[in-house]
Amino acid sequence: MKKIFKLFSIIILLSLNSYSAISAEKVEYLKTDWSFKGLFGKFDRASLQRGYQVYTEVCAACHSMKYLSYRNLSEKGGPEFSVAQAKAIAASFEVTDGPNSDGEMFTRPGKLSDKFVMPYENVKAAEAANGGAYPPDMSVLVKARGGGVDYIYSLLQGYEEAPSGMTLDDGVHYNKYMYGNKIKMSAPLSDGIIEYSDGTNASVEQMSKDVTTFLMWAAEPSLEARHQMGFKAIVYLIILTILVYFSMKRIWSRVESEV
Amino acid sequence: MSDHEYTPKSKAGKWFNDRLPLLTLANHLTDYPTPKNLNYWWTFGGILTFCLITQIVTGLTLAMHYIAHADMAFESVEHIMRDVNYGWLIRYIHANGASMFFLAVYIHIFRSLFYGSYKSPREIIWIIGIIIYLLMMAAAFMGYVLPWGQMSFWGATVITNLFSAIPLVGEGIVTWLWGGYSVDNPTLTRFFTLHYLIPFLILGLVVLHIWALHVPGNNNPVGIDVKKPSKDTVPFHPYIVIKDGFALLMFMIVFAFFVFYAPNILGHADNYIEANPLVTPAHIVPEWYLLPFYAILRSVPDKLLGVVAMLSAILILAVLPWLDTSKIRSAVFRPLYKQFYWILVADVLILGYMGAMPAEGLYLLIARVATAYYFLHFLVILPVLGLKERTIPLPLSITEPVLGGSPNMAMAKKKESKLE
Repeated sequence: MKKIFKLFSIIILLSLNSYSAISAEKVEYLKTDWSFKGLFGKFDRASLQRGYQVYTEVCAACHSMKYLSYRNLSEKGGPEFSVAQAKAIAASFEVTDGPNSDGEMFTRPGKLSDKFVMPYENVKAAEAANGGAYPPDMSVLVKARGGGVDYIYSLLQGYEEAPSGMTLDDGVHYNKYMYGNKIKMSAPLSDGIIEYSDGTNASVEQMSKDVTTFLMWAAEPSLEARHQMGFKAIVYLIILTILVYFSMKRIWSRVESEV
Repeated sequence: MSDHEYTPKSKAGKWFNDRLPLLTLANHLTDYPTPKNLNYWWTFGGILTFCLITQIVTGLTLAMHYIAHADMAFESVEHIMRDVNYGWLIRYIHANGASMFFLAVYIHIFRSLFYGSYKSPREIIWIIGIIIYLLMMAAAFMGYVLPWGQMSFWGATVITNLFSAIPLVGEGIVTWLWGGYSVDNPTLTRFFTLHYLIPFLILGLVVLHIWALHVPGNNNPVGIDVKKPSKDTVPFHPYIVIKDGFALLMFMIVFAFFVFYAPNILGHADNYIEANPLVTPAHIVPEWYLLPFYAILRSVPDKLLGVVAMLSAILILAVLPWLDTSKIRSAVFRPLYKQFYWILVADVLILGYMGAMPAEGLYLLIARVATAYYFLHFLVILPVLGLKERTIPLPLSITEPVLGGSPNMAMAKKKESKLE
């Protein structure tokens, strides 16, 4: 038993080591309280709505979000705009539809069922407009980056003067959280760049938090449902396990052996 | 098999059973005499059956919504996550289920190594098990390709490229596997087909695995033959059923934790970036359960020899019953083997860790030493140990070490309680 214990502690030490070894190579990300973490984590509704505003007024100029539909904006567990608000948002976008009976493509106001309108026709057009760098689609961006929300949150606030001795090409910016520290995106946020409709002060920190929350929801729209179901499922399993344990003890008491 | 001849009570039952003895089979399964001293390491067989069925059921459901096409696969996975009712739940169960499956199979294999379950007369059970394990790795690898993310694409490229190491025909084989000159749509569709097929092959092999098990019966922690049925055995139902059920529930709690609270922790972030043949990820790493073999592959400087080493690392397990020369099954009575067993466990964990690290500098050196030790364990230590080792005397029956019998028994008991 002692030996097993010793080995297990070695294993645990090893795995802990591996964590610290991996994280030691990276810079420490900025930390903030995310309301959606933890067993009962939920999105902050107001933050999601503000985050959508940041996305649509700033990010959406270059970044698509092609897997989301306007109807998602009014769905449970998301920003929960009213259906009327979501319809109005959708209608504010021009959607290319068709072909009509004359064989022509035409534009019409967006509907709830439409996917988010993309800023560029295709990846090539996006690259051409952005100095050869494709602004990644933001639908699952949070899940596609190692540091997740902390990374995005930090990156948005990580723009600094390049350290002396580092030469940056034209259209390349220094960001202390970016892999290799060089990023083609210029600092997207600055204090007061947008005016929040709910009157919140639009500081870079506030906008970073809001838009990152929004991106988390975009990548994981079922997060709240998942947390709720998870809690119920695990409580159910624990109760059932306890009941089965006592049944097992009872049954095994018929033979003179330990379980 | 049970000693008594089973006859159904009802007339209809007898009529049916005479034509297809399903009732006899059911009776055999419930009455199946099982050693009563099995510990919880023995519950993983049942847990693995649960894993397989879970993967098949969730997999079938996913296949109803998934589109196996290079241009649509990634999008269809997002469609499952967003628009299919409880699609996120089904996909997360399936994705994490693969990891849970491997977690359970590794415990199952290492249990067998500790208690010598692969030894005579259970060699066939063991070999079928190794084939199942190989098929599991193939299924898991191809399944990981289906979402068509960056790791899917590049993982598929790296692994299929291994075949190019075969002299003369290598390149041709790779082109044939891909169905073209790179990993592309034809590769995806055939991987989907095979990913769908393999679980059913595994299911068939599981039936054989259990059938082969029911001939000699279970090994047990003491590792001696048990007379069946006797005071040393209990009928499978209800004793083992309830115990397996209890262990399965504990396992499901861990499983549920991953599915509901950390569904992406075992996957790689890059797989949420759609496959792009023009951009290579910084580090191409396989899923955690393949890492030890990946480390072995990379620790050999020559490509062909690396592939050979990786394959032999798995296939060597198939001949294990003949490499281990000891007649004593359980490590409880093999003090030296027990130590080497734990060194092997540590060695495999180290290999797994090195597989996740870049193959350079100290990492590479450690991986090489660990690889060498892995083969040393099976090819040298095991055969020699069986001949040289002074083992602890075995008890006469499994009831005796518990109740305390002869002086020999007392010693065995002392040794065993140390392990408990």
